[in-house]
Amino acid sequence: MIIRKEEKPIKLVDENGIRVDGRRVDEIRKLNIEVGVLKNADGSCYLELGRNRIIVAVYGPREVHPRHLSLPDRAILRCRYHMVPFSVLERKSPNPTRREIELSKVIREALEPAIFLENFPRTTIDIFIEVLQADGGTRTAGISAAAVALADAGIPMRDLVTAIAVGKADGHIILDLNDVEDKYGEADMPIAIMPNVGKITLLQADGVFTPEEFKTALNLANKGIKEVYTKQKEALRKRYLQIKEEVE
Amino acid sequence: MSKSEEIVPKLEKQKISALLSKGERLDGRKLYEYRPITIETDYIKKAEGSAIVKLGNTISIAGVKAEIGTPFSDTPNEGVLIVNTEFLPLASPTFEPGPPDENAIEIARIIDRGLRSSDALDRRRLAIIPGKRVWVIYVDVYVLNHDGNMIDASGIAVLSALLTTKIPVVKIVNDEIEISDEWVPLPMKDRPIPVTMAKIEDKILVDPNIREESVMDYRLTLTINEAENICAIQKGGGGGLSIDDLHQAIDIAIKASREIRKALPSIPDTQDIAYVVK
Repeated sequence: MIIRKEEKPIKLVDENGIRVDGRRVDEIRKLNIEVGVLKNADGSCYLELGRNRIIVAVYGPREVHPRHLSLPDRAILRCRYHMVPFSVLERKSPNPTRREIELSKVIREALEPAIFLENFPRTTIDIFIEVLQADGGTRTAGISAAAVALADAGIPMRDLVTAIAVGKADGHIILDLNDVEDKYGEADMPIAIMPNVGKITLLQADGVFTPEEFKTALNLANKGIKEVYTKQKEALRKRYLQIKEEVE
Repeated sequence: MSKSEEIVPKLEKQKISALLSKGERLDGRKLYEYRPITIETDYIKKAEGSAIVKLGNTISIAGVKAEIGTPFSDTPNEGVLIVNTEFLPLASPTFEPGPPDENAIEIARIIDRGLRSSDALDRRRLAIIPGKRVWVIYVDVYVLNHDGNMIDASGIAVLSALLTTKIPVVKIVNDEIEISDEWVPLPMKDRPIPVTMAKIEDKILVDPNIREESVMDYRLTLTINEAENICAIQKGGGGGLSIDDLHQAIDIAIKASREIRKALPSIPDTQDIAYVVK
């Protein structure tokens, strides 16, 4: 189906608490994660969350170019979040936008605390996130996918990083916003957590939250994080069982 | 960043941590105490609005220029607000000339998000010929001296400049836009104040100076509006924060925003102003 135009729905959440795509307020979209999809990369991951399609490659630890960027006591982490021009309704210029530059930075900072960078001095770990189709929540989906790709690359980590967005639409606190809810809803708060360490590594928000709504949103995010985390682990396990069978 | 700037903070961290464990800071402040803030508005007479803000030794200057232009295609009946910043090499030995880097872009976007989320500027009142011609409000903010917490210094400068900006009333005569001699304040409705905190060891402190920033685990900016709700959040830096930290940070930010709000220009009364006269 080709989607040419998306119009503002009359209601984002109806009187029965059902959202435009049929979900309840506390439900995430259908999530599918595949590991090791790119042969050239040291680690890779393909992730579908609803209509989002995201592919991530991890290269490294490898030599740094240009060399003066390297650090004597740890690896550097580089991250590029990029949307392909046809990923959205109105063609996006292929050049990095201010949004993409900011997101590349916050995504890098969301993943950094999970990686033992000190194990690989004078090297770089490069993460490339390509959004092939965007439908709201691409930065959080990108983080969840990148964490899996890092694990697939065999890079030692303290924990996975799992991310989801929460927000507000028609006065309801909702989990995992789609594009329409992001655009026409009242607030959006992407959040990334190391689920076992229990630390938040990405936190952003726009729209207005009262302190109480904020606390409710945080609890709802935790529910979503648990579900995504389970899928991340399943995807990794599946991939490595497959490899195990191949070698045996 | 040169190597010495990476190593010195590591040596200083012990000192900063030792002081923090006693609830003290390098410059003698309490944990939740801002450096002295001074705001001077109408600093640039050629700009439609401007403000120079000193937050301790961090200095930010914001200027507003208004132009008549075309609206964004997704908001045809609204004026346009554009916040931009770049780091000038004169502000710090570590800044180099060139287009805005990720840090500069991040600051501009944090400030922009606060303004947009709180609907601080009523952009709907800035449409001149709906769908065709609207006011485009450019806010450019430059740090002149970087001594830490550029987000808050720049956010306060942007807000102060917008609150004191004046634009001319326009007249529409035979489908032509005429600029009148009557200058009126912008339709401002809210004052979203960014409050930036740093986590060092197990302590949260507000308004980190440059030495504190160089050793912090992470920073967290909560933007608080007049109703004391949260209207923008940005975590920065490579560390991770706990849920407890976050709850504590909300209380700290709301209290700090009250102090800063006292120093800001008030919201102009624009209720009876007609920005476009037919």
